[in-house]
Amino acid sequence: MAIIEAEGLKKTYSSKSGPVHALDGMNLSVPQGTVKALLGPNGAGKTTVVKILTTLIQPTAGTAHIDGIDVLRDPKAARRIIGVSGQYAAVDEGLTGLENLEMVGRLYHLGAREARRRAQQLIDQFELTEAGNRPVKGFSGGMRRRIDLAGALVINPKILFLDEPTTGLDPRSRLALWGIIKDLVNDGTTLLLTTQYLEEADQLSDDIAVIDGGRTIAEGTSDELKAQIGGHRVVVSLVDSADAPRALEILGRHGDGEPSVGGDGRTVEVAVTDGPRALQYILSDLGEGGIDLHDAGMRRPSLDDVFLKLTGHRTEETQEPATQKEAAA
Amino acid sequence: MSVLAPEGRQPENSRSRARGGPASEAPSELSMWFSDGWTVTKRNLTKLKRSPDMLIFAVLQPIMFVLLFSQIYGGSIQVEGSDYTQYLMAGIFAQTVIFGSTFSGSAMAQDLKDGIIDRFRTLPMSSSAVLIGRTNSDLVLNALSVVIMMATGFAVGWRVNASMSSFFAGLGLLLLFSYAFSWVMALLGMSVKSPEVINNASFMILFPLTFISNAFVQSQNLPSALETFANWNPVSALVQAARELFGNTGTVPAPDVWPMQNAVLTVLIGAALMLVVFVPLCIRKFTLISSR
Repeated sequence: MAIIEAEGLKKTYSSKSGPVHALDGMNLSVPQGTVKALLGPNGAGKTTVVKILTTLIQPTAGTAHIDGIDVLRDPKAARRIIGVSGQYAAVDEGLTGLENLEMVGRLYHLGAREARRRAQQLIDQFELTEAGNRPVKGFSGGMRRRIDLAGALVINPKILFLDEPTTGLDPRSRLALWGIIKDLVNDGTTLLLTTQYLEEADQLSDDIAVIDGGRTIAEGTSDELKAQIGGHRVVVSLVDSADAPRALEILGRHGDGEPSVGGDGRTVEVAVTDGPRALQYILSDLGEGGIDLHDAGMRRPSLDDVFLKLTGHRTEETQEPATQKEAAA
Repeated sequence: MSVLAPEGRQPENSRSRARGGPASEAPSELSMWFSDGWTVTKRNLTKLKRSPDMLIFAVLQPIMFVLLFSQIYGGSIQVEGSDYTQYLMAGIFAQTVIFGSTFSGSAMAQDLKDGIIDRFRTLPMSSSAVLIGRTNSDLVLNALSVVIMMATGFAVGWRVNASMSSFFAGLGLLLLFSYAFSWVMALLGMSVKSPEVINNASFMILFPLTFISNAFVQSQNLPSALETFANWNPVSALVQAARELFGNTGTVPAPDVWPMQNAVLTVLIGAALMLVVFVPLCIRKFTLISSR
């Protein structure tokens, strides 16, 4: 049996404009020792799932088990085996990094000495020495996230939940956090991760569930999801954008779907079934037509392509973190 | 190119790094209640120690109130058989501890806003620990305020005309009432959207409540509607009880209504009622709240 098992989760909130279905019959299954990413745009229901599995809220309907424990009936038992780190770092700003971690250790009922030892160990391991003995207030977002993540690891959690761990972080802090998370999962921790960054899901997870409108709309490895929208894409980059109409015509002739021109006016691409052969024909026709190229090649479809195909809309990767609030939360 | 985690990871036996041991087996409910409550109390006191503005609020404001009221109104307000400073002090003590309790509300709202409540709620701790820690540390703060006010009062001529035990009973009664009231405020704090709401609301409600009482003037000098309100106001009972226990009533008879005639009993009943009603409500609320 999977270590995380949720079935038919529904969560309905009432609002002025009628009921909001944050979750609408979500199923989830995560095998032990694997990393699952819940990928979806804002308001898809990712945070709601995590809040239910981490005992913060009760679903309107459905069941949830972690490691055989009924999360809804026995939240206290569930809390003994989980570590949680959220989108908004849940650290106490008035305490130092060390005090924060020590407090969390005490509340997991580690002995005083053990809690202190463990806190110090995490401070060293996560390179938080700077924040170890000064109040967290005044440290950067990246530093707070690291302390928050360390808080989730004070005990040796069987299951780790990370809710949008890098939302709002600058690229450097994001990379650093990815490094830490990769190390953790290499150690065999089961991880449920939510993200709206396609790259993050791709980088960190074994398995991805694409979430939209409170349900899982597709599930599989990154490669499986990409395969769902078929084959390859041929992409050519023109020297002269005036050649675009003719290039479109040639790519259309050898491709499966409608070819498209990128925003720069000179990148033309099309989905194809037999990639190498199509590329060959396309290059040969473009050459005969005297169309000069900067670059030409094939690529596997990105998760963004998958998302567009599955949901009819793109992800909101570019949105500002400040406006990122789950409608359901 | 996707960088997927390596396959065949073994969850339990391949951990290379030293990690903390698993959380110990569930301790008994009672020992958890004590140790978790203490852990959170310690956290709050540590924070308090580091926030000078709170300490100034708790230390300087009481001094200021005692000095302002005793020096400004001392000459203008006449109380039979007593000088105003003797009469006033219990009123200021009561007002200060009641306002001090509102901190329990704004601090709970702040913790909720900061997301730290979500951290607490995913830990296997006693579900009352955060509230117990909160009300405990605010009791400490209130006790500090009262002690400072008493010292200031002593400096401007206030005297206790009662036995030592009566004096401590009065002190205990003030703190008991404020402790119970902290639970009321904590429930409010968990029910509002931001800490500022608590501050504004308590100002709007507690100012009239403490002023339309016998805290600063004798209730019989108030217009009749206000006099009735003041006589039945629980704040008046607290002030009357403290005055009686400190021996500061002068020769003024207590108004002829039951709560004022039985002030100590009224305060005890009131505090017990607040605790019996609000402690369970708070704990229940705490198990349901989640930030954002």
